[in-house]
Amino acid sequence: MSLKYTKEHEWVRVEDDVATIGITTYAQEQLGDVVFVELPEIDAEVEAGNEFAVVESVKAASEVYSPVGGTVVEVNEDLAAKPGLVNEDAEGEGWFVKIKLADPDELDELMDARAYKAYVDTLS
Amino acid sequence: MSSSPPSDIRRTPLYSLHAELGAKFVPFAGYDMPVQYKAGIMAEHRHTRAAAGLFDVSHMGQVVLHEAEPALALEKLVPGDLQALKPGAMRYTMFTNENGGVLDDLMVLRRETDLFLVVNASRKADDIALLRASLGGVRIEYLEDRALLALQGPQAVAVANRLLPGVARMGFMTGANFTWNSHVIFVTRSGYTGEDGVELSIPNSQADAFARELLAQPEVAPIGLGARDSLRLEAGLCLYGNDLTPETTPIEAGLAWTISKRRRAAGGFPGDAVIQKQLALGPARKRVGIKPAGRAPARDHTKILAGGAEVGEITSGGFGPSVDGPVAMGYVAAAQAVSGTALDLEIRGKSHPATVVPLPFTPHRYAKI
Repeated sequence: MSLKYTKEHEWVRVEDDVATIGITTYAQEQLGDVVFVELPEIDAEVEAGNEFAVVESVKAASEVYSPVGGTVVEVNEDLAAKPGLVNEDAEGEGWFVKIKLADPDELDELMDARAYKAYVDTLS
Repeated sequence: MSSSPPSDIRRTPLYSLHAELGAKFVPFAGYDMPVQYKAGIMAEHRHTRAAAGLFDVSHMGQVVLHEAEPALALEKLVPGDLQALKPGAMRYTMFTNENGGVLDDLMVLRRETDLFLVVNASRKADDIALLRASLGGVRIEYLEDRALLALQGPQAVAVANRLLPGVARMGFMTGANFTWNSHVIFVTRSGYTGEDGVELSIPNSQADAFARELLAQPEVAPIGLGARDSLRLEAGLCLYGNDLTPETTPIEAGLAWTISKRRRAAGGFPGDAVIQKQLALGPARKRVGIKPAGRAPARDHTKILAGGAEVGEITSGGFGPSVDGPVAMGYVAAAQAVSGTALDLEIRGKSHPATVVPLPFTPHRYAKI
């Protein structure tokens, strides 16, 4: 399926019942150079709308909120050595976590690419 | 969003140039300032250490004290030895309060007939009020009509010398007048990055044209406040409001070197008794360099623990692009203020190991003349 987006600038891509989550290209542009990403533990339970990760740029730390709830099944280990992947490929190689969805209906609350782009256009 | 700022936000004479260069603006001390340009903080930081970076620091306060003996008068407010300054020489000192705490840190330069001061943007109104209230008989002139640029990095002086021949002969921590386009630019060989460089005080009306000419030099790139902060942190230099406050003394901050033998003995500045006592007995806590062991940056207000007990907090912390890892400074109890001491930093509820290290993180490369 294609990506879905939140107003807090996270994206989610669902395959079967697993959601891959990251921050958007717009978000990484706003943050600048990413130097550290704190990710949850495997098996951690996350809730939609709650903080599950922290992304640190040279300047500041920012919370990342989960678009959906569920159980963390995988985290992007490459970000430990190469946090810059978030800048290079935010919506691809720079993904944060994979979550086994608790309630697939939560996806209906999210924006599609067109709606997200329209939303971002209102911010600048 | 509206294109004109709220009326209480000020702009420097270089605002349009920053906007043209693609700056991202942040409010800082009442000014709309560039935090970074298109290159980003990391690239701007590295460019400054490799070549030359141009900073707009026009928000800082430039103040001139006129009087027969301005050095003698100002010594009532600061512990720095200003009478020992020869004309053209500059010194780093701080305004202190009755408890020996720091009200602001500043540069003081003695000229033939006056003293030239550069104070922090966030403190300039209070500093000027303090000067007016305390220095009867001294005429205090706030140079609102002058911008302040900093050109910093290993190639900064060569570039400045190209536009202002003679700058390269200036000694470190000295100042002199130069002429550009028939306007006087007051230059000091100083800065806030740990690199060689100059700060240039120039009439507001000439600042844009002069900055553009500097930027036209192949070595020069514009640098925002983001990299200014990471550069000074790696250089172990204090940021007022974080590392220096009314609750910290110059001695706790490791700035005893700014107080001469004569002034230590004679006192005669606010808080002199507290400072003299700390000089004699050692302060109960000290500012130190702190290197987190992992990759997680420890920001200001991060709790510092030793053996499970809280011993202080981080006052400046972030990522050091030249160090390529997190770097921090903070205050710890004297017992822990020894290089090599193991500490724990509490970041988002988790304990992260760290070590007390000597400052600076990046060796200073000031001019040796």
